[in-house]
Amino acid sequence: MLDPDNGLSLTIARIVQRLKGSSLHSQLERQARISLHKPEIKLESLKEDIKDFLKTSGWEKKLQNAVYSELNVFPSPCHPAAPPEHMKEPLAYMRKAQGSWEKRILKSLNSMCTELSIPLAQKRPVSEQKELLNKWNEMGTDEPDLSLFRPVYAPKDFLEVLTNLRNPNYENGEQPSFRSHLGLIQVPLKVKDIPELKEDFSELGLNIGQLGIDDSAQVPPEFFENEHVRVGQKVLAEQDSAAAQQYVRQGCPTALRADLWALILNISNQPEDILYYEQLKSNVIQHDLLVDSLIYKDVKLTASNDDYYFVFEDYLYQVLLCFSRDTSVLEHFTYSSATPPKSYIRGKLGMEEYAVFYPPNVAPLCFLYHEPSKLYQMFREMYVRFFFRLHSISSHPSGIVSLCLLFETLLQTHLPQLFYHLREIGAQPLRISFKWMVRAFSGYLATDQLLLLWDRILGYNSLEILAVLAAAVFAFRAVNLMEVTSLAAAEAVLADLSTLKVMPLLQIFLFATVT
Amino acid sequence: FRIMAGKVKWVTDIEKSVLINNFEKRGWIQVTENEDWNFYWMSVQTIRNVFSVETGYRLSDDQIVNHFPNHYELTRKDLMVKNIKRYRKELEKEGSPLAEKDENGKYIYLDFVPVTFMLPADYNLFVEEFRKNPSSTWIMKPCGKAQGKGIFLINKLSQIKKWSRDSKTSSFVSQSSKEAYVISLYINNPLLIGGKKFDLRLYVLVSTYRPLRCYMYKLGFCRFCTVKYTPSTSELDNMFVHLTNVAIQKHGDDYNHIHGGKWTVSNLRLYLESTRGKEVTNKLFDEIHWIIVQSLKAVAPVMNNDKHCFECYGYDIIIDDKLKPWLIEVNASPSLTSSTANDRILKYNLINDTLNIAVPNGEIPDCKWNKSPPKEVLGNYEVLYDEEMAQSDGPDRDLRSRSGQSTGVKGNRARDSGKPVLTTWK
Repeated sequence: MLDPDNGLSLTIARIVQRLKGSSLHSQLERQARISLHKPEIKLESLKEDIKDFLKTSGWEKKLQNAVYSELNVFPSPCHPAAPPEHMKEPLAYMRKAQGSWEKRILKSLNSMCTELSIPLAQKRPVSEQKELLNKWNEMGTDEPDLSLFRPVYAPKDFLEVLTNLRNPNYENGEQPSFRSHLGLIQVPLKVKDIPELKEDFSELGLNIGQLGIDDSAQVPPEFFENEHVRVGQKVLAEQDSAAAQQYVRQGCPTALRADLWALILNISNQPEDILYYEQLKSNVIQHDLLVDSLIYKDVKLTASNDDYYFVFEDYLYQVLLCFSRDTSVLEHFTYSSATPPKSYIRGKLGMEEYAVFYPPNVAPLCFLYHEPSKLYQMFREMYVRFFFRLHSISSHPSGIVSLCLLFETLLQTHLPQLFYHLREIGAQPLRISFKWMVRAFSGYLATDQLLLLWDRILGYNSLEILAVLAAAVFAFRAVNLMEVTSLAAAEAVLADLSTLKVMPLLQIFLFATVT
Repeated sequence: FRIMAGKVKWVTDIEKSVLINNFEKRGWIQVTENEDWNFYWMSVQTIRNVFSVETGYRLSDDQIVNHFPNHYELTRKDLMVKNIKRYRKELEKEGSPLAEKDENGKYIYLDFVPVTFMLPADYNLFVEEFRKNPSSTWIMKPCGKAQGKGIFLINKLSQIKKWSRDSKTSSFVSQSSKEAYVISLYINNPLLIGGKKFDLRLYVLVSTYRPLRCYMYKLGFCRFCTVKYTPSTSELDNMFVHLTNVAIQKHGDDYNHIHGGKWTVSNLRLYLESTRGKEVTNKLFDEIHWIIVQSLKAVAPVMNNDKHCFECYGYDIIIDDKLKPWLIEVNASPSLTSSTANDRILKYNLINDTLNIAVPNGEIPDCKWNKSPPKEVLGNYEVLYDEEMAQSDGPDRDLRSRSGQSTGVKGNRARDSGKPVLTTWK
């Protein structure tokens, strides 16, 4: 067992190490130096005076936010003697599974390259570079021939891999009984039950005001909405990350959401951030990656056909193409079990490595941010904090494996008849809900509902709510689902989620269902 | 009172499923125009015939039609502008605070139509205005056409001269009012979303002009251009950049048949609230309601308020990048063609709610009824303005609320004028 004091000092040491040399660090130093000119700074009490100055000028708050951000992102340290892979992912069989999965993806990519005689990466000829630069804001109108490109993998493939995960040290026993888990996921990870979830998500309780419920047209705004907006404005004025995170658990007013999310994720859009984005953009212009075509095809198939997101098609290309070249994203590998992949773009192109990501969810963010570099940063931060866990195999409670298991367990425990019925007709519930969770419901819910859901992801710093919502949806449609007799019919019942109101569903499932 | 004498007999010139399905679901009976009919969904040609001196005939008490006889006072581009200009001058003459002008001589509350001239009648006035801003762009629109037909942009006087020369030498001469054009200052700074230009289509139902009673359909939509907007002069000829009409856009390479380039108004609201804030968004929507009501008030005095008539208009509105809404035009026969599945549902429901208001209980109508439907039948319509109710709340309220621009309250001037709360759309 780790001595608690030891743990704390380890954490402090790690955070100090990470913040040292960051731009915040140099800004603080600069501010401290500037303050020396101020009359209130006296030589005899130099340290105290500078500290006071940093406090009153708001810089201490920024430092607090940065520390808070680091705490949120990184797992607590374990034993000092643990090797780095163990820090990333403590379970060996999970590491192994993620490794094989990555190998499989890369193999698929490589064979696509060979088949189509296209290199993984190449430098663009100058004329093409010029053309792309001109077209940068309207790549949506391009019509390249993408028919030969297949997606590297579909959610179904990923689900197959997860279904086949086994812990070699765990003996399942001969006979499945009513106590055994009847779902697709067969690894013994610990997931929460409803009493624990009720405690974790206590702010969603029935007697607490929520946006998404208590701001509907029938409720006079004096009851909750007006006060909530006022508090939100105050939180923004104080620029306090931790307070913001607590606040959004009850939902963000639409007008405040963009700023609140940026505050929680500690995004400030400094000049160096804009510069970084421009640099990524020039990388895109100069080099053509095979992954680009895959991204292009995916966006064309999804967002450009979507009622809400088609307007932002061009932004999506810009963000995703830059994202696939962002090596700083690889940093997140230090706390995920996914190791930097073995495929490199050979040194002469000047790019070290990149990874293949399942094209993630940019589109909803376009409703909040229309300035490209800010949009990019928000998206990247959301990805490295949360969404990457949906695409890699790990034992983390917010990892896709845990979410799937949580979903199945909730359903089997609280709607056993429904679960059994669906299983009997060959419609394992996870087969339907997997695609919702892996995309964090983007593309399935109405945008305003999706944003309310993502408010809570940020507020609780966890993706578990996705599994709870998935179970709540099944509970909501339980009556219809009990009558279907095939997987196709079950899919049909659950095909259209665009009219669902997320918060009432969650509240009822967690707090108003007899357990 | 009458006993149920039978089912409503209907006729239509417009063979669209969204109409016919609605008639049939009410159990109404289709007849021809020569038979006894109760409800006739007419084309604009037919309404002209019905009320014309030579071919017209009197409608009986149990007959209802879907156009006002002289709807063109609102729906022809030149007459709409003429009526609004007249209305403003009248208000100015009576010293109404609504007609207040700013230091540049622009109306503060009533400047919602871009500067417009009739051609060829006001040609010289236009040239004078053009010379004041020689770098401006103007849009030429034929008065009698729809769906973007015949529209083009100019930015040089020589282009007009060429056009007028061409039209004189060809067989159609600009004498007949059908070939009259209007030329308006082109709004070259439209609000862009995702870099694309869009306009708003809103449906407004008028059941009577005097007293004015009108309803706004909550489910309007935005129509996006498929091509990125650019004010560049090299693209002035590219109608895919400038004209949002679906009839034009759907021939573009990038037209998408699933969403049809349309967004709901609630999406627009969400986007604007998220990126611009709630107050400015509320103000924008309040202004949109305002300009619709003002346009109706402007034509109310000249409208033939025939009691057999109601009308559902399609309002086209453009928002500029300062979040100011502009009234572009009003359509008497908004398209009932559906370009996507969602579209079909929307238009079906639009007609359904319209019929519920115009033909109460789906029974044989009596045009003498008071045209005051109960709240329950409004469906997706909301009362936009009810003159009777506004007057019963006191005549002064109407004017007093105008002078306070953004009062900081959900400053809904229409609300202050006594009609039921038309709050921000949820």
